[in-house]
Amino acid sequence: MTAQGVDDAVLKGNPVAERRLHPVTPLRRAWAPVAVVIGWALHDPDQAQRQLTRLTTTALLIGLAVLVPVAALYGFLSWWFTHFAVTESELRIRTGLLFRRTAHIRLERVQAIDVTQPLLARVAGVAKLKLDVIGADKKDELAFLGEREARALRAELLARAAGFAPETAHEVGEAPARELLRTPPFQLAISLVLTGSTWGALAAALVVPPVLWLATHSVWTVLATGVPLLGAAATSSVGRFVGEYDWTVGESPDGLRIDHGLLDRTHETVPPGRVQAVRIVEPLLWRRRGWVRVELDVAGSSNSVLVPVAPRELAEAVVARVLPDVSVPEAAALSRPPRRAWRCVPVWWRGYGLAVTEAVFAARHGLLRRRLTLVPHAKVQSVRLTQGPWKGLWRLADVHVDTGADKTVTARLRDAQEAQELLRAQAERSRTGRRDAPPDRWMA
Amino acid sequence: METGSPQDTGARGDGTTEPVWRGLPPGLLRMRRLLLVVWLGLLALALGVLLGLFAGPAWAAFALLPLALAAWGWVLLGRNWRSWRYAERADDLLISRGVLWREETVVPYGRMQLVEVTSGPVERHFGLASVQLHTAAAATDATIPGLDPAEAERLRDRLTELGEARSAGL
Repeated sequence: MTAQGVDDAVLKGNPVAERRLHPVTPLRRAWAPVAVVIGWALHDPDQAQRQLTRLTTTALLIGLAVLVPVAALYGFLSWWFTHFAVTESELRIRTGLLFRRTAHIRLERVQAIDVTQPLLARVAGVAKLKLDVIGADKKDELAFLGEREARALRAELLARAAGFAPETAHEVGEAPARELLRTPPFQLAISLVLTGSTWGALAAALVVPPVLWLATHSVWTVLATGVPLLGAAATSSVGRFVGEYDWTVGESPDGLRIDHGLLDRTHETVPPGRVQAVRIVEPLLWRRRGWVRVELDVAGSSNSVLVPVAPRELAEAVVARVLPDVSVPEAAALSRPPRRAWRCVPVWWRGYGLAVTEAVFAARHGLLRRRLTLVPHAKVQSVRLTQGPWKGLWRLADVHVDTGADKTVTARLRDAQEAQELLRAQAERSRTGRRDAPPDRWMA
Repeated sequence: METGSPQDTGARGDGTTEPVWRGLPPGLLRMRRLLLVVWLGLLALALGVLLGLFAGPAWAAFALLPLALAAWGWVLLGRNWRSWRYAERADDLLISRGVLWREETVVPYGRMQLVEVTSGPVERHFGLASVQLHTAAAATDATIPGLDPAEAERLRDRLTELGEARSAGL
């Protein structure tokens, strides 16, 4: 079917239709010069005042008359010279006015595609398409596209990446999603109230500026430290609430859908089989309620949260969708390091744990904030055993499992003999686990 | 399934039999010891001359310090060199190294993205080359230093061939 598609493409000459971005795109940088002027005025108020009084109305008008058309022309040209096209196996982006850049993104290397809508873009009815690709440092993005076009393009790219023939890729369209989990706003708010870092940031913002005021009596010092601290407190509480508001996880044939955001809506899609590791985080204060947070490691992707907060059973059900045939090991199933490990890591050694099941390598660390990381055997890139002199003395060793998302999961302070066996067994398991791993094009 | 499995490796498929370990050729040890002696010897000489001239002959005894360091390093380098070994099994490569800081790495052939043979000017002079394996994980630190160029190339070709035969995506 694919071969036939290629033949058709060859017969028809070059049918690759190049498209342009949405016409509002040039406006997305319109705020930048204004921001520069405001920043300069804030940074040096006296100087700004003096310059402003010297400026006559005519000079201002002439300046604007020159600047605005130049900026508009630049915006227009950069939009005019940006094209993209979807071919059989690639997404091609051609851009640049003076320095041309052509990116060919291979679709089978696409790890995830996000559609994001910042607030203003939501007003304008446009959206941004972000692609996570293995081995690329920064995300390639198409900004902006019409909202419906962005969704259709995402569906098409995912369908092609999944191995549908190009003729049917259009028709597959947006695969229907089935809702798996939705976080109620109340639960999210409670969970943030019960998070230590929220209170830490708030306490720092309330305590540090008065102390500085007593010590220095300088308004500028207090402002310079107080404002960033308040900002940090706001992002860790309100910012997180706004970002994680109405978190919805859905399941669809082209992967897991994650939609969230109060002001900026983000729609992420994680294709199946791209998840390298899953981390289940359990802060101390959530434990009584049995809530957990689930994070993902996907190669080449920066977004990592799968579930911001959910009861354990629900979260585990979602994990089971992400990693098929995987059941999260019970806390009791994790084996602790031997008793003598306290000599290496005094109290916290009790937090370490390890469980190896048929499908995953699971290691836990942290005593108050417990983090259990699951790595499917098929995703293991290499296995390492390390032992320093002090650990050697107490016959202990660490076993590291490296995953493709550049994260290393470590089973700490295992008995040396056990670690040695673990190393061999893990290598063997990873080998056999890989053999029946699904192919890159998961629907072909 | 076990295509390309060599006769000379003890491990065949099941991986239960002990692998055949190989050490590094003595060239690496020679090179490291020579570099150590040359640099610390020069340091001792410079220190001895300077101290002897400016602080008096008694102070020049401090020049023995680098020499002692060199002697200690001589032993350490030997121990470190002996600790390096690697084994090609049917499906993965084992690298073991370190005396006090021990590290053992297992890299499955199917996971290799790239095999690199490098050789710096000093290494080339001593007829040595290193083989480095890259996987999709940057943390994978699989380097075998100080091999004969012929052995390095043989290893590279074999690893590439096995990597292709057992290739798996991410």
